[in-house]
Amino acid sequence: MLELIHFNILSVLLFSVGLYGVLARKSAILIIMAIELMLNAVNINFIAAAAFKHGGGLFTNFDGHILTIFIITIAAAEVGLALALILRIFRNKSTVNVDQFDMMKL
Amino acid sequence: MHLVIFSVISAVLISCALGVVISRNIVHSALFLLFALISVAGIYLVLLTEFLAIVQLLIYGGAIVIVILFALMLTRNEEYPRIQNNKLWPIAGILSVLVLITLSVSYFQSDVIRSASTTISPAGVKSLGSSLFTTWAIPFELASLVLLVALIGAIVIARSDKDGN
Repeated sequence: MLELIHFNILSVLLFSVGLYGVLARKSAILIIMAIELMLNAVNINFIAAAAFKHGGGLFTNFDGHILTIFIITIAAAEVGLALALILRIFRNKSTVNVDQFDMMKL
Repeated sequence: MHLVIFSVISAVLISCALGVVISRNIVHSALFLLFALISVAGIYLVLLTEFLAIVQLLIYGGAIVIVILFALMLTRNEEYPRIQNNKLWPIAGILSVLVLITLSVSYFQSDVIRSASTTISPAGVKSLGSSLFTTWAIPFELASLVLLVALIGAIVIARSDKDGN
C-alpha cells in the first residue's frame, strides 16, 4: 500500500543526490543540473503532501499542485538566466570551471 | 500493484540522478537528467496528477534539457574531461548523507505524516484550473511577469558587446 512516507523518502533521496552534485562537481552546467534535481525533489514532496491530504489537513484546495506549477515556472526562468550568465562568463574567461569564477566584474 | 510501479519508477529515478552527478561525461549527465525528469513525470502519474505530469514532460523534458544541451554545445572545449570533482568531495558526500539521515528520521517521527490519509485523491485539470484562476490569480499573473523579465534579462546578458556578432 502506497503511503505518504514512501514519497517523502524518495524525495529526500533525490534531494541528497542533488546536494552532492551541487557541492562536489566543478562544472557550472553540472551544478545547474543538480539544482534541477533538488527542485524536482521538492516538487515530489509538494504533490505527495497535496495528494494524500486528509480532511482539512496539510493542504486543501490543490495548493500543493499550484505551488509546484510556480516552482516549475521559476525553475525555467532560473535556468534561462543562469545559462545566459554562464555563456557570458565563458566568452570572457573560456572556462566553465566554477573555481575560476572569482571576479567581481566581467 | 501501485507499490510495484512506484518502486520501479523510483529505482530508475534514483539511479538516473546518481548518473547525473557521478558520470564523467557531461553529455551523458544531461541525458541521465532527461531520463530522471521523465521518471519524475511518472511519479506524478502515480500520484494521479496527470496535468502536472504533462507540464513536467513539456517544460523539463522539452525545454530545460534542450536549453542545457545548447549551453553545453556553446561552451564546449577540451577542458570538460579535465574538470575533476572538487577536492573536498568526500566532505560533500558526508554532508549529503547527513542531510539524508536527518530528514528521513524527522519524516519517520512526524505525526502529521503518520496520520495522513492512505488514499490518493486525484487532482483533475478542471479543479486545478479553477483554483489557479481564483485563489492564485495574482501570483499567476506575477509569474508571467517573472518569465518576461527573465527572458529579456537572458537576451541582454548573453548578447555580445560588439554589433554584428
